[in-house]
Amino acid sequence: MALKIIYALLTVVAGIGASIALYWVLNKVVELLPGPTERRLKPYAYILPAYVAIIFFLIYPGILTVIDSFKDSTSQSWVGFANFSKLLSSHDFQQTLLNTLLWIIIVPVLTVVLGLAVATLADKLSPRGENLTKTIIFAPMAISFVGAGTVWKYVYAYSSSGDQIGLLNAIATKLGHSPVAWLSLSSFHVNSLLLMVMLLWAQVGYGMVLLSSAVKGVPEETLEAAAIDGATNSQTFFRVVVPQIMGTIVTVFVTVLITVMKLFDIVFVMTNGSFNTNVVGTEFFNQLFTYFDYGTASAIVVLLMLAVVPVMWYQVRHFKREEAI
Amino acid sequence: MATAQAPAVATPTTRTARVKKPRDRGQASMLVRVFLAVLCLLWMIPLVGTFITSFRSEQDANSTGWWTVFTHPNLSLSNYHDVIVQADLGQAFINSFAIVLPATFIPILIAAFAAYAFTFMEFWGREALFVIVVSLLVVPNYVSFVPILKIYADVHLAGQFPAAWLAHIGFGMSLAIYILRNYMATLPRTVIESAQIDGATHFQTFYRLILPMSVPALASFAIFQFLWTWNDLLVALMFIQPGDNAPITVATYQLIGQQGQNWNLVTAGGIVSLVVPILVFLALQRYFVRGLTAGAVKG
Repeated sequence: MALKIIYALLTVVAGIGASIALYWVLNKVVELLPGPTERRLKPYAYILPAYVAIIFFLIYPGILTVIDSFKDSTSQSWVGFANFSKLLSSHDFQQTLLNTLLWIIIVPVLTVVLGLAVATLADKLSPRGENLTKTIIFAPMAISFVGAGTVWKYVYAYSSSGDQIGLLNAIATKLGHSPVAWLSLSSFHVNSLLLMVMLLWAQVGYGMVLLSSAVKGVPEETLEAAAIDGATNSQTFFRVVVPQIMGTIVTVFVTVLITVMKLFDIVFVMTNGSFNTNVVGTEFFNQLFTYFDYGTASAIVVLLMLAVVPVMWYQVRHFKREEAI
Repeated sequence: MATAQAPAVATPTTRTARVKKPRDRGQASMLVRVFLAVLCLLWMIPLVGTFITSFRSEQDANSTGWWTVFTHPNLSLSNYHDVIVQADLGQAFINSFAIVLPATFIPILIAAFAAYAFTFMEFWGREALFVIVVSLLVVPNYVSFVPILKIYADVHLAGQFPAAWLAHIGFGMSLAIYILRNYMATLPRTVIESAQIDGATHFQTFYRLILPMSVPALASFAIFQFLWTWNDLLVALMFIQPGDNAPITVATYQLIGQQGQNWNLVTAGGIVSLVVPILVFLALQRYFVRGLTAGAVKG
């Protein structure tokens, strides 16, 4: 055991030391060049490692994946659009897409609404009460989705007979109903909704923190002016506060949207996509590691990237607008 | 007689921050307080349930709900002992640290240099290159897995720690550069300019001035990255795979797969994997919050 710790420590030190050395070397090399060239090349030397990382891990593989999506399962021969047509015409995958869409629509909206609600209400508490509330709501963000899966199994667990070990079923049986296999309940997508609750549990804290800062940043004068004009609380909120924090609302919405699109852990750990809870992320994983079908897996990624492009375009536009202020 | 000019209405631009009037704080209505209290209680229940179950025996955990522990306590540490021995969680714990520490430190180093360049240096293509970084923020990690896995297999890197390090560096780079650059843009230019007049090179300015001044942003990204890599399951599953080098997320996941009925063991494993992130989060929340809000809220 001690040997393992030493080994781990050595690898860590070596890794960190290597990257520091890299910069030192880069810097020396650039300094060796004559003055004007050095000045012009230096910025590129500074961004070079970062760009190498991005190119190697995002851009280059992205291109390879797109190419692989037109090849067969072992990436040996070209199959044109076969992977795509097979996916898009498969009923299962259509259901998967629908599920993913449900997640994308419901979770970001609820994150913003709940986050804003908690941020606004907690703002009215004393500073200590507010801090405590925020810490509790935010804490689940620190938990891995695997840990969260463990935690929530005890809420949704189902036993066909005897005492219930899951909280929801315990309440249900106390009220006189028979126990429900919650995570298998695919009618009206109840099981997917229950999984979404898990993601909300983790993400609302994030939205709350950002929106709380925004809410606190609203100038007092605008609120006073509204009060003088005789606005009620809700009118003040919706007509004065919300428009002024719209930038943050959009930021929270977009970030959560991106997280939901990539979602894999929760569904994978809780149901592995069965009972019609499958989303694009889990499907990709299964295609790759259960069916070893590189072609289809790559096609799934390409479809996801296509879906992400509008978000990317919006993100860049939003960013440019913010920069112009 | 000088005509007294009507004094201009004092524009309250001098206090753009929200002034906390006494009537604002601690004046929430009972309804609001009750609502928030109930919400917080509900929020904590899943975690409390797991925590309690981790101290119960297998029979208890599988036959009765955890809330019965208040009337029939029967607690022990045997789950923790079993899970650490059986699932080798001790090793997984060490592996997690071995993966997470470089994966947190190295991206910060690289991104800090890049952010410095984007903020303080003039060069051709600066804006375009930065826009590329920003747009890559939304690209899902999945695009990389298949090709990178093949490359790793070719160089026999799969299953080793550097495999995960490199992946986390690549995936976290966009966000790191974005956060750090946004923060550096708020630093006072005058300080940098006077340093350059005094003959400091870019490297010296970066190392002696900017880096120390950027500690809040560096710290908050470090925490963010630490939590993200500690809690990561997918990258670890892909590039490290179950085995000797598996971190704690993978080991806990394996517990769920194999154990079927033995949820008491799984809960102990889950709690062990929660300890470090929660501690890190509680100790450093302030930086975390500051980091999240930097660049997200204008003004």
